[in-house]
Amino acid sequence: MAPGERGDALARGAVAMTAIVALALPWLLQALALDFYLSFASRIVVYAIAATSLNLVLGYGGMVSLGHAAFVGVGSYVTGILLAEGVTQGGVHLVATVAITAATALVIGAISLRTRGVYFIMITLAFAQMLFYLANSVKGYGGDEGLTVRVRSLLAFGLDLRNGTTLYYVALAVLAASLYAMTRFVPSRLGRAVLALRDDEVRAEALGFPTYRMKLTIFVAGGALAGIAGALSVNLQGYVSPNVLHWTQSGTLLVMVILGGVGSIWGGSIGALVLLLLEEVLAAYTEYWQFWTGWVLLAVVLFARRGLAGLLFDLRTRLVSR
Amino acid sequence: MTGIFVLEQVLNGLQFGLMLFLLAAGLTLIFGVMDMINLAHGSLYMVGAFLCAWLASKTGSFVYGVLGGVVLTAVFGAVLEVSLLRSLYARDHLSQVLATFALILILNDGVKMIFGADLPLAAPAALDGPVELLPGLMYPAYRLLILAVGFGLALLLYVLVQKTRLGALVRAGASNRTMSSAMGINVARLFTGVFAIGAALCAVAGGLLGPLLAVQVGMGENILILAFVIVVIGGIGSIRGALIGAILVGAIDTLGRTLLQHMFREFLPPQWASAAGPAFASIAVYVFMAVVLVLKPQGLFPVRS
Repeated sequence: MAPGERGDALARGAVAMTAIVALALPWLLQALALDFYLSFASRIVVYAIAATSLNLVLGYGGMVSLGHAAFVGVGSYVTGILLAEGVTQGGVHLVATVAITAATALVIGAISLRTRGVYFIMITLAFAQMLFYLANSVKGYGGDEGLTVRVRSLLAFGLDLRNGTTLYYVALAVLAASLYAMTRFVPSRLGRAVLALRDDEVRAEALGFPTYRMKLTIFVAGGALAGIAGALSVNLQGYVSPNVLHWTQSGTLLVMVILGGVGSIWGGSIGALVLLLLEEVLAAYTEYWQFWTGWVLLAVVLFARRGLAGLLFDLRTRLVSR
Repeated sequence: MTGIFVLEQVLNGLQFGLMLFLLAAGLTLIFGVMDMINLAHGSLYMVGAFLCAWLASKTGSFVYGVLGGVVLTAVFGAVLEVSLLRSLYARDHLSQVLATFALILILNDGVKMIFGADLPLAAPAALDGPVELLPGLMYPAYRLLILAVGFGLALLLYVLVQKTRLGALVRAGASNRTMSSAMGINVARLFTGVFAIGAALCAVAGGLLGPLLAVQVGMGENILILAFVIVVIGGIGSIRGALIGAILVGAIDTLGRTLLQHMFREFLPPQWASAAGPAFASIAVYVFMAVVLVLKPQGLFPVRS
């Protein structure tokens, strides 16, 4: 086999292994009497969806948004409020969540995309802060104390997200579907145009691409996917508070994507997995886990410039060229 | 609602705005001169406040505490710049965001390890009482001190940046860094100095606001965002823009919290009014910024042509 083919085979093998472990995880945890960690695993998957949606906007669309948590928050609140009002049909939650987060992303994106660079970072942050304070002021749905919901979404075929295993698999299916959609999107006509736009906007515009509309499309798609992550998150925790929309949450998502690898299909998932595992492990040993997490992140900035996905890629290159 | 009450709130707004200016001034220069997004600027404010509070309790004097805290924070800022931040200037904004976000985590927990989650800091006893500014207008003496220090430092900084050779170098750096390097300005050393001054100003704000707000871990995170809003409204790299932006934002925030709440009380149930006032005020600041950015994408006082 040529080194390139061997590399591809290696990558395919790694993906297959990951998929098998992810699918078997509920059984594995049960066998090891670690069922407690299932909700933690679900949390990783939900964050992976959110980080992947940001990676679509950031890594493919080239838009550095520091307000992405707003869409996760809007999704959480839409589903949370519907649950609090006694609407339990999952289909309604999905449609409402996607429609409202997409509409929010459309408004925010349409205004923000008139600016560039640092100003884009700041204006997305500003919109997220507006929604954060709005959520704080809605006393009818918990205000700054947050909204606790007692019921969960009911899906088709009698699936109930109250069941931890069901929720895990549903979240995993959403993640797998979005990763698959992204692998299909990148080599598509629009996908290639978007990459060209990311790498050189002036040239893409000169070639006649509708750059503004393309970026807005990606921004809205990323927002809607983040909203779905939010809907899953409220089902997982039974709770949503304005803190979901705080700028430090947007920062955390950004950190996950940069940590994992900007513009790499697996970047968001790797980043979410590594950051949450790191927190969980460190928190078991020390009260000051943030301190050590910070040093790890600094090391990544200084020594792994393309994130962990970049390191994996280098590893693969080294393995096949031996 | 009386005229006296409104006047008092205007003074409060001005006072908050001046403190925000101290934060925004350093941030806008760092942003403008080195094109660096420093999310950890709010952490310098926190570190400064803790150092002031710690020294104040050690020396038993608020004044010595704040002065010492300011000096130590300036040193801390300079060390941070030379050891870490300097290597980030040439990197893209994303790396800067990740690195300075990491710094927030490290400094939050580092401060907690050393000082605990919060420290008490009381205003000097001599300034405890109110002063009668106008017949019927009693204003806390301590807040007057903040106003005076804020005005003094704003003036000093304005003169420093607009009228001195050092200021001319900084402004040259902000408007075109490559060109000023080519003209033989040692931008690296200049910048360590700017960073140390920025850190010192953060500590002044932290020490002075300490007795009014609380000296606690995480105190820098929300105020950092306000400082960024000010920088963007004023125009990145512009001290004048930062001053005007800070006073506008301070006024919108303070007046919104108090006056709006009073107005809402007229036609909303009380528990709604008490929530809607602050929310409206907070949102108004960001709406203002979004409007400025859409109308004048470079801010009110653009530095780069």
